[in-house]
Amino acid sequence: MSDTPLLDKLEEGRWPSFVKEIKRAAKNNPAARDLLGIVELSYKDKITHWKHGGIVGVVGYGGGVIGRYSDVVGKFPAAEQFHTMRVNHPAGWFYDTKTLRKICDIWEKHGSGITNFHGSTGDIILLGAKTDSVQPCFNELSEAGFDLGGSGSSLRTPTACVGPARCEWSCFDTLDLIHDLTMTFQDELHRPRWPYKFKIKASGCPNDCVAAIARSDFTIIGTWKGSIRINNDEIRKYVEKGVNMKADIVDRCPGSALSFDEKTSVLSVRPEECVRCMHCINKLAKAVRPGTEKGAAILIGGKAPILRGAFLSWVLVPFMEMKPPYREIKDLLAKMWDWWDENGRNRERIAEAISRIGLKEFLKAMGMKPLPQMVKHPRSNPFVFYNR
Amino acid sequence: MARTDIGPPDFRTMLPEAIKKNYGKWLYHEILKPGVMRHVAEGGGELYTVRVGSPRLVSVDFVRDVCDMADKFCDGHLRFTSRANVELMTPKKENVDGIIAAARGLGLPVGGIGDCISNIVHTQGWIHCHSAATDASGLVKAIMDELYDYFTEFKLSSKLRIAVACCINMCGAVHCSDLAVVGVHTKPPKIDNERLGKICEVPSAIRSCPTGAIRKNPDGDGLVVNRERCMYCGNCYTVCPAMPLADPDGDGLAIFVGGKVSNARKAPMFSRLAVPFLPNNPPRWPEVTAALKNIVEVYVKHSRKYERMGEWIERIGWERFFTLTGIEFTEDHVDDFTTATETYRSSMQYRW
Repeated sequence: MSDTPLLDKLEEGRWPSFVKEIKRAAKNNPAARDLLGIVELSYKDKITHWKHGGIVGVVGYGGGVIGRYSDVVGKFPAAEQFHTMRVNHPAGWFYDTKTLRKICDIWEKHGSGITNFHGSTGDIILLGAKTDSVQPCFNELSEAGFDLGGSGSSLRTPTACVGPARCEWSCFDTLDLIHDLTMTFQDELHRPRWPYKFKIKASGCPNDCVAAIARSDFTIIGTWKGSIRINNDEIRKYVEKGVNMKADIVDRCPGSALSFDEKTSVLSVRPEECVRCMHCINKLAKAVRPGTEKGAAILIGGKAPILRGAFLSWVLVPFMEMKPPYREIKDLLAKMWDWWDENGRNRERIAEAISRIGLKEFLKAMGMKPLPQMVKHPRSNPFVFYNR
Repeated sequence: MARTDIGPPDFRTMLPEAIKKNYGKWLYHEILKPGVMRHVAEGGGELYTVRVGSPRLVSVDFVRDVCDMADKFCDGHLRFTSRANVELMTPKKENVDGIIAAARGLGLPVGGIGDCISNIVHTQGWIHCHSAATDASGLVKAIMDELYDYFTEFKLSSKLRIAVACCINMCGAVHCSDLAVVGVHTKPPKIDNERLGKICEVPSAIRSCPTGAIRKNPDGDGLVVNRERCMYCGNCYTVCPAMPLADPDGDGLAIFVGGKVSNARKAPMFSRLAVPFLPNNPPRWPEVTAALKNIVEVYVKHSRKYERMGEWIERIGWERFFTLTGIEFTEDHVDDFTTATETYRSSMQYRW
């Protein structure tokens, strides 16, 4: 009779099984073995068996390690302390195998051998270290060229889409920007000092493959000015292959910016009506490309529901050039953090502070002029705090 | 003592040659078959990518397995996606079939590109989290077993993105997914007044409540929760460990639908509540997987080319969504949060 009859049910089926993975680790690791016991108990009791918090860390940092203790005493001693280490990934999640194998060796030596590639923060997650193992594990990771990621009320590990490394649509170098910001703001990342967490994510185009608009307080999304580029020789080839330009492209354009001449097979755009949504570019990758005056928009405030409701980020800077040394964006970040530090309440994300105090006041503090691109429509109520 | 503040390795040191050579010079890409795409650069450089699903929660041996594949076929390099897929990349077309065979040999699915369900973004659940209302990895496994063919084949009008969060903290920010499964608590926190004074900052605990439901006990020590005003968000528990609200009978799952982050066609949108509560039924959550399968099948049947879940629902209207899926519309669907009135209908434009 198996010790884990409920978890065993999750070894069945076609999708690869995390239970098999924990069992693989458990073959020569007692912490992984006892984790199975604790999780099986949760499956039986329908309740978590992890206690709240616990302060665990490495010397010099205020974050990067999440303390975790089991509430099951005595029965699964090897997993009673099961702390998580967040390890900052290289931008774009690219690796060479030598480096990955090194991380595996370090983690096998110091921890449970169980990981997430990657956690939803973007970090490599090393799940299950004992209190005494955390510092030696960090020391070896550091020797191997790795550092911890963010946790708590700090800058969280910034993330980027694959960018110009493998995408033709990226309107700026997402990887270079994110690496640069991560290196510039190491202090903010490792030493929590703000009212709450702060996330930065960068997507190279409005397809937003890292969900920056939903998942980051400070959202950077690539865009361009001027017209999309259309290659009508390639358009003709798409038509020959059976693409219905009118139904599938022109009629789906949210700005009604496209026209298609059936006789000549020419697709044309009225650039001033284009909202740069990416639909025609996505569907006609060989024929349509973003414009040449490229940069990014900065949006602010994306977050999940806790506590004042979920937000999708709001447009703050409709267009910014995005070139090293990225002075403008770094100055803006510093100014925002100052304002938030000054005005934010405990556990209040920056968007919640802005919504409480007002975008108007926030713009004033940032020295920014209000622009119609920032709103869906102007107010419909007459309750203006006139200031004249 | 370890060096601190060194940051992550420079990504440039991790890129394969074919990418270094064509960095920023890509012209276009095409999806060749499920899980395989080809990027072409100025000057004709090519890169083939094979996307492979992973359980995300893996042993170091799994990482070594995919490293072996990368060593054999990909010049010793690989990457992961933001949805925990593994991507194996090579400029050599002849390596593609070898990669696919090797992945299948390890029991890993190839797919998730284009009009597919990709891997599920999710949280930690009972593996690690103190505030989880359910497990995440187990739910994901059960859901992907049920929807497996949507990962490996083109069966949809558009891409479909699923996320799982084990409580409404939504660490995976699931609130803008085509399909989102969220663990919910439905019982107010159980206050341990004996521990409270020792381990919690009482004023912070009172202030943490967004609805003002927590106050000092008028008849004695400690705190009380006004059940009528509690919306089970768990914010108090996050600041005060003596107020746990997990409950084996009260905890369950809600399903939200129709969110997206891409700007293609329609602007990004939030997911909205479709199913308010399903029982928390490990190890395979049959009620949840059946509900998701139903929504996906109705979407497949009724959506038009390129339509994401949310675009389809906007076109047909939520009233038709409930009719077609057979999901009951209840009082739980009617918003009563602070921004609720924006969701009430002020027009004569509705369907039956």
